[in-house]
Amino acid sequence: MPLDTIWVVAEPAGDSLTTTSLELLTRARALATTVVAVSWGANADARARVAGEYGASTLYDVGELGGALPGAAVAYALAGLADATPPDAVLVPTSYDGRDIAARLSARLDRPVLTNVSGLSDEDGLVTEHQVFGGTQVVRARFTGDGPGIIVVRAKSFAAEPAGGAPAAVVAAPSGDVGAVGTARIVSSHVEERTGPQLEDATVVVSGGRGLGDAGSYALVEELASLLHGAAGASRAIVDAGWVPYSHQVGQTGKTVKPTVYIALGISGATQHMVGMKGAKNIVAINKDPDAPIFQIADLGIVGDVHKILPAVIEAVKNHG
Amino acid sequence: MNVVVCAKQIPDPAAPQSLDPHHNLDRTGKLILDEADTYGVEMALQLVDRAGGGEVTVVSMGSAQDVAGLRTALAMGAAKAVIVSDDSLRGTDALGTAKVLAAVVRRLQPDLVVAATESSDGYTGTTPVQLAELVGLPSITFAKSIEVNGSTVTVQRQTEAGFDEVTAPLPALVTVTAGVVEPRYASFKGIMAAKSKPVEVLSVADLGLEGQVGASGARQTITEVVTADARQAGEKYVDDGDGAARVVSFLESIKVL
Repeated sequence: MPLDTIWVVAEPAGDSLTTTSLELLTRARALATTVVAVSWGANADARARVAGEYGASTLYDVGELGGALPGAAVAYALAGLADATPPDAVLVPTSYDGRDIAARLSARLDRPVLTNVSGLSDEDGLVTEHQVFGGTQVVRARFTGDGPGIIVVRAKSFAAEPAGGAPAAVVAAPSGDVGAVGTARIVSSHVEERTGPQLEDATVVVSGGRGLGDAGSYALVEELASLLHGAAGASRAIVDAGWVPYSHQVGQTGKTVKPTVYIALGISGATQHMVGMKGAKNIVAINKDPDAPIFQIADLGIVGDVHKILPAVIEAVKNHG
Repeated sequence: MNVVVCAKQIPDPAAPQSLDPHHNLDRTGKLILDEADTYGVEMALQLVDRAGGGEVTVVSMGSAQDVAGLRTALAMGAAKAVIVSDDSLRGTDALGTAKVLAAVVRRLQPDLVVAATESSDGYTGTTPVQLAELVGLPSITFAKSIEVNGSTVTVQRQTEAGFDEVTAPLPALVTVTAGVVEPRYASFKGIMAAKSKPVEVLSVADLGLEGQVGASGARQTITEVVTADARQAGEKYVDDGDGAARVVSFLESIKVL
């Protein structure tokens, strides 16, 4: 018996919704009779068209937030709606704002939250899957007790596929006065220059790790990524060391990528990293340690000095006709 | 200005990890301060320095048998630590942890609460904002820098595209990402001083949270743990000058070149 109702937190991306939101709507419509999107921002009608196309019948619109961070406002709207008609579950994308919303909603409803979810099935109630220890083991879990479970799902856990549905009906979902918790305000936004595709959308990802030796060598990673029309990623070790910003991080605590090819340069393959990239179609690894765990999952492994091999690869790609 | 830093003692990530028969992470080995928390401790110390007064208090939950991890934060310069330790807390989930930490924060009434974005062992990543909601604080997550001017905190918050400048009135909670500051090494003097700094141990009863936290309050259960499909290793070569050529021909074979 399918579940009755699933709500999906549908994050705005311009006039559309983020890819992870579309992935969750796609999965939700396979699991539940009724799928409801909960969204915010300007131009609800445009987002309702997209949500409908991916299977939502209703879009609860929290409206424009006037510069407030979405966490409190959206969680309070969700909590108000859930008090009136609780869904079976609330699915939330793993994202900067998604986690804020899930955490506030959890405390507000006094319901638990499960995060880092990479699989969802209905086995007389929702069962979640979580990859642990570098994805070598999968923990399966379920909620107990009454009330909706809050489920934060990693990007790329499901494919996003439109179903050609009619636009979702837009229903206003005012969050009311959220008080002190809603006082965090965006004063200004700064866009860092970026060329090429987003990390999660790239068909080629070139990533660097501690084996690069120093922060300056990361420029070579970026150069190869750019030559292959891909995106540059990083291991947690070099993000923690301050070489590159967190937005480049691939792994358990960073992004999940599933490119056509993932090229790991000077990355040993800590379990924390593997979770984020082992779904790549092809994996190429260059590392000087023959016993590096990355070689256990690489389709092509080269044991050698990344400082010698990488410039030669760059040169060869440049001259490639 | 008084700052609370939420910190966690975790099994050394460099050591092999496993689940115990109850599907909880095995925590019987040596515990260390989560490296993710050292950035928050450093930021808090800098903020208190700049404010010209106040102190940093480290707040934690877990076994108080071994507090070496908390001493690490004290050696860096935190003034004192509070750890909530109780057998009944075994199996507590993120929301339960937030309830415990929130009870301590309510007692301490800090101007600012700083936490890591997520721990390096559980990765749940929701406890700090759950805590903020329970205490009634605004929160700004994913901070790469924090400044305090009077009664306002200004944060550069990571976004997909770059960063947003976000402000909130104090008291507030901020979570920091790793790598944004260089955590100081404890000096010999700091390490010696840390030995005599106060570490207060509280029980669930001390906080009036009996029956609200622990495994019974978790309301989620692990049904099974299964082995994932393993990815097969492919070909491995030791580079003898042909490494780059092999990479290039592999990229050609999959039509990336």
